[in-house]
Amino acid sequence: MNPTRHAISLGLRRGWTEFLLSLRSTQDQGFYLFMAVGTLVLLWTNRDNEVGDTGLMYPTFALPSILGALLAFGVVIGPAYALAMEREDGTLLRHKAMPHGMQGYVTGQLLYHSLSLLPLLLVILVPSFFLFDDVMSNGLAGWATVAWVAVLGLLATLPLGMILGSVVPSVQKVGTWGMLPVIVLTAISGIFFPIQSMWHWVQIAAQVFPTYWIGLGMRSAFLPDAAASIEIGDSWRTGMTVLVLGAWAVFGLLVTPRVLRRMAQRQSGSQVQEAKEAALQWVK
Amino acid sequence: MPRELADDAVVRVRDLRMTYGSHDVLTGVDFDVHAGEVVCLLGPNGAGKTTTIEILEGFRMRSGGDVRVLGEDPAQGGDAWRARVGVVLQSWRDHARWTPRRLLEQLGGYFAPYSTPEHPRPYELDWLLDTVGLTENADRKIGTLSGGQRRRLDVAMGIIGRPELLFLDEPTAGFDPQARRDFHDLVHRLSDLEGTSILLTTHDLAEAERLADRILILAAGRIVADGSAAELTRQVAGTSEVRWARGGERFVHATEDPTPFVRRLFEQYGEEITDLEVNRASLEDTYIAMVQRFESGDRTTPVLAEATR
Repeated sequence: MNPTRHAISLGLRRGWTEFLLSLRSTQDQGFYLFMAVGTLVLLWTNRDNEVGDTGLMYPTFALPSILGALLAFGVVIGPAYALAMEREDGTLLRHKAMPHGMQGYVTGQLLYHSLSLLPLLLVILVPSFFLFDDVMSNGLAGWATVAWVAVLGLLATLPLGMILGSVVPSVQKVGTWGMLPVIVLTAISGIFFPIQSMWHWVQIAAQVFPTYWIGLGMRSAFLPDAAASIEIGDSWRTGMTVLVLGAWAVFGLLVTPRVLRRMAQRQSGSQVQEAKEAALQWVK
Repeated sequence: MPRELADDAVVRVRDLRMTYGSHDVLTGVDFDVHAGEVVCLLGPNGAGKTTTIEILEGFRMRSGGDVRVLGEDPAQGGDAWRARVGVVLQSWRDHARWTPRRLLEQLGGYFAPYSTPEHPRPYELDWLLDTVGLTENADRKIGTLSGGQRRRLDVAMGIIGRPELLFLDEPTAGFDPQARRDFHDLVHRLSDLEGTSILLTTHDLAEAERLADRILILAAGRIVADGSAAELTRQVAGTSEVRWARGGERFVHATEDPTPFVRRLFEQYGEEITDLEVNRASLEDTYIAMVQRFESGDRTTPVLAEATR
């Protein structure tokens, strides 16, 4: 029995179990419901607005972008919170005390957060088909594009969440270090309105990060080809999307294991104890 | 010192030093734990017990000195080494959504590749649940378990891989008396039947006395006492206290040897003596005396470890 392969298969089982437990937890169901209602209300109230002079209705334009942004948001903030919390509650240390435990733990995290995207995207996508017209213009080819953009987007952003969760000093800091930048990034990435309405330098900045490209990829999947005219360069820039997301994926692949290893090395019982005491102490 | 030569030391610590910034926590700790032994590490808060145990667990890098755990340096202990060591820490709040059965099954799985016919790992699940007294709660959510039940689960997770050496950091904190008694039985069983070597820390001196073959007292950054509970008590507070009443008046007398004293007392006063009490110095008295002596900075007294050997 190869211990590493064995640990990875245990990790996959762990990720699957975590996913099932999450589906059954009212806390997580509440989160999905909140996201779904929030998004659908936004789209519904803007259902009669046209985007520029494209002939596209707002929900048609914004739904794919929002799905893309939620993907990026979910797999950055999800693992960041999970890791920061599980560092403090002892989950990580528990695995550190097992042979090959960290490999299993990380595998479980990767699978769990990837799977968690499904309910998040489905609770928005499924009602949208009933509420709005022209949601998917490209049929099967469009769905194939959704699949590869989602996978590539996942590879590009999930490691960032793991890195974030490893470097934040405490759970409370995930808001400041993680939530805030991700929300700002989402706001400037052409999700809720076309990116051209932003200043030029903001457009440049947004195009460095994955969120814009995932949104663009999703729009290319859902919207008719003619809609590319509202994009920068009047094109879906598919090649560029692959390149940027691929570059982030490579970055994640190279950096994340190192960051995780360093973080795991620092884990000890007294650290968990300190975190517990710090959490009880409101005023410092 | 024959113990030094014996090759059965599962833990061997020499001149262990730990410094945080300019603060010296450990200033030269030496001790051994032998195969099958239950050793209890006592000491006041902040004396470095947890630091010591974390260094041995391989969770913390030491500043200096030589440490061997199961023949390896824990700072470089690989996964095969990890599989032979069990760890129960002070503070867990993890896996609230899981059930004990599911979690133990998952974590126990990591030990399967290290199973051998002579030493099968992990423990059989139902046996383990029964052993720590969790059978009834095995399928409840961990988040709903009481503090004591949760601690039993911690212990189960620490031993699931059938460790040769087990580290327990304040294992009975939060236990009610019955749970404490059960836990003591479990430690005896692990030590007697399984031959598991155990190093534990505690603040409960009665527990140390009940469980430990040997007690180490850590104070002011080093081991200031090393011996069985009886040995320690004899060494330090070697006095007993005799209390009695005579003619409505109460008396107290401290003596090294209470038996002849009491005999003389009776010879002298006979029937007049009432309410006689003889209190031997307890481990607690010993401990308090020891720690006070070392924390007040009086290092002139020879270290007891040397005196008892």
